Amino acid sequence: MARYESLLDACGGTPLVGLPRLSPTVPEGAPPVRLWAKLEDRNPTGSIKDRPALYMVRDAEESGRLRPGDTILEPTSGNTGIALAMVAKLRGYRLVCVMPENVSSERIQLLRMYGAEIIFSPAAGGSNQAVAVAKQISAEHPDWVMLFQYGNAANARAHYETTGPELLHDLPTITHFVAGLGTTGTLMGTGRYLREKVEDIQIVAAEPRYGELVYGLRNIDEGYVPELYDATVLNRRFSVSTRDAVLRTRQLVEVEGIFAGFSSGAILHAALAVAHEAVKAGKRADVAFVICDGGWKYLSTGAYGGTLTDAEEALEGQLWA
Amino acid sequence: MAIEVRVPTILRSYTGGSKIVEGAGDTLSGLLDDLDAKHSGLKGRLITPEGGLHRFVNIYVNDEDVRFLGALDAKLNDGDSITILPAVAGGALGFAAAAAFFGR
Repeated sequence: MARYESLLDACGGTPLVGLPRLSPTVPEGAPPVRLWAKLEDRNPTGSIKDRPALYMVRDAEESGRLRPGDTILEPTSGNTGIALAMVAKLRGYRLVCVMPENVSSERIQLLRMYGAEIIFSPAAGGSNQAVAVAKQISAEHPDWVMLFQYGNAANARAHYETTGPELLHDLPTITHFVAGLGTTGTLMGTGRYLREKVEDIQIVAAEPRYGELVYGLRNIDEGYVPELYDATVLNRRFSVSTRDAVLRTRQLVEVEGIFAGFSSGAILHAALAVAHEAVKAGKRADVAFVICDGGWKYLSTGAYGGTLTDAEEALEGQLWA
Repeated sequence: MAIEVRVPTILRSYTGGSKIVEGAGDTLSGLLDDLDAKHSGLKGRLITPEGGLHRFVNIYVNDEDVRFLGALDAKLNDGDSITILPAVAGGALGFAAAAAFFGR
């Protein structure tokens, strides 16, 4: 279908494309091992987050939590904020984003263009200051609605009801599904759906391993596991370094012509690992993985050019996924 | 040969500031015992009193989460690389602020 009543109706239904050049070569006579990329950058605001943003807003509307003209508050600077800004605009809500003042200019411009209001917290104060600012805003505006994507079941349900069925429809022979682990919504929702439908499906998580600054907690007890996360849905979980993520992101565009953000490179890295294991084991594999977004928002990092070490340094201390 | 262990900033008070330490063991459990003998108290930050991995600690063997490889019983080999990291969600700032809202 190529005609939709509105942009919101055009969410999902993204293409699944084969990667004949990046898929590993198998010995003659051995069963095929193939990589497939689900192009989530083809969503209305250019990322996979359009699916959960739409589902979370609709869910809040149906439950009566969100009423016409309400204000949505989202402390995020990333793709979820941009997706929510578009949905909020079209559904008639005001969106306020809380973010540190040192995020990339692409994101600030995009959020503003979509009509979101931004409250900055001082960069020097780090995440502790951002939390303090967020708490203060919350106390001042108890009527503002927070969707909280890390614990919102509608986030995972978006993928259970859309991403999962789309994958199975387009690739009935799927053996592995690989996606990024952030809120865990993509893996929990798609993973649960595929587990119900495909015997022996392997659900594989790729988690970004950031520079040290990002893990600057004062102690272990400040750590956090999203409420949505259920380890029993996964078979494996890979930690992918910034260097490997950048290397694979570059390969995606150089070898297959797919211009993606760095989280997609991290996911490809894990997908290639399981694909090569299948080749070694002489097993057939159809490995589907997610392209989360395009590379446009990350060009200003400079990490698409220069040496891998340059790129690693450019991304040090940044949340690149 | 030994097993290389990468220690996160918040646990380096146990390793005299060292970012990378070496240990030995056939399993993760054995390795942690060996490390604790050299860096007293480290194991207690990674393992709960009940004997399981701390909820907010992730340990990776050659980039794979040890919870999916048998957890403390995970088999180790000489030359393996171990990384210890605190659990944080992607978009850490967003979650931190969000968690604060919800009193988590």
